Amino acid sequence: MSTSQKNFLLLLIVMLLAAVPFLIHRKAEFAGADDRAAEAITQIRPDYKPWLKPVWEPPSGEVETFLFASQAAIGSGIVCYFLGYSKGKKQREPK
Amino acid sequence: MIRRTTWLTLYLLLAMAVLARPAFAMHIAEGFLPFNWAAFWFIVVLPFWIWGLRSLQHTVKSNPGLKMLLGLAGAYAFVLSALKIPSVTGSCSHPTGVGLGAVLFGPAAMSILGGIVLIFQALLLAHGGLSTLGANTFSMAVVGPFVAYGLYRLVRKLKGSMPLAVFLAASLGDLMTYVTTSLQLALAFPAQAGGVVASMLKFMGIFAVTQLPLAISEGFLTVIVFNLLAAYNKNELEELSILPEKTAAEGSRSRQ
Repeated sequence: MSTSQKNFLLLLIVMLLAAVPFLIHRKAEFAGADDRAAEAITQIRPDYKPWLKPVWEPPSGEVETFLFASQAAIGSGIVCYFLGYSKGKKQREPK
Repeated sequence: MIRRTTWLTLYLLLAMAVLARPAFAMHIAEGFLPFNWAAFWFIVVLPFWIWGLRSLQHTVKSNPGLKMLLGLAGAYAFVLSALKIPSVTGSCSHPTGVGLGAVLFGPAAMSILGGIVLIFQALLLAHGGLSTLGANTFSMAVVGPFVAYGLYRLVRKLKGSMPLAVFLAASLGDLMTYVTTSLQLALAFPAQAGGVVASMLKFMGIFAVTQLPLAISEGFLTVIVFNLLAAYNKNELEELSILPEKTAAEGSRSRQ
């Protein structure tokens, strides 16, 4: 199997791993694991109050999604730029 | 075909970014560690930050050509920690993306790059927090990278293949990050019955189990990026002595 075929197969597995949970838990909330950790903390220590608030919170879920999407987009932009640049450089090398 | 794979990678990353659900996730939230514990983890992390700064300075000075690859390692952690992926437990978590950089540049460098990602998320996304930055840096940018780097070296020493070494490094580095988070929370919040151990099991059930399939995903994604690097960036990988140099293949191997 060529490297690119292997990569393709690996990508497919990653996609399946992200999709399967939706099939297993049709009614789950899919909340963040840290929210559940915060619940667990209040169970263990009902009197515990977080002593600091975040400096700034995204005003809505939509804004938060936008910021997370931007983070992913900026990151994957840099990653893909580098990979494309390297590929182009490699192709222009004298063989 | 390779070009198609690259495009697919881009497409997949974007698709997952869109799929990511708006929810708080992972890392210890702002104010959720008592003051003394928060301070303790800052003190623990400080030497790693100093070590990391020195390691980065050294890399950039001795190999200015590697700056772009350094950018890639940082950007990779940036993307992966933005992807909150659903998991089999019915909640979401995100990978850390620090394994790639740890394998390429050593674990210390990632304490800085991972720390930058955490500061960004604490300030702009209310994800993690400034008071818990020390603890979160320790789990994601110290323990994760050191586990990843150690495993990578071990597997390579045992003559395991490169993809296997990278897979185990990235996935177990990811998983150990969340085991560490569980331990940090358990130490700060021991259960009334059963103490630290009972708490640890409780937090592990939340973090580590959710993280399991994500760790596998991170392992595979990192292998994909590594395959592409091995195809297009042979020179850089040789400079980092990850691939043996063509001319002195035997020499550089035996020197390590």
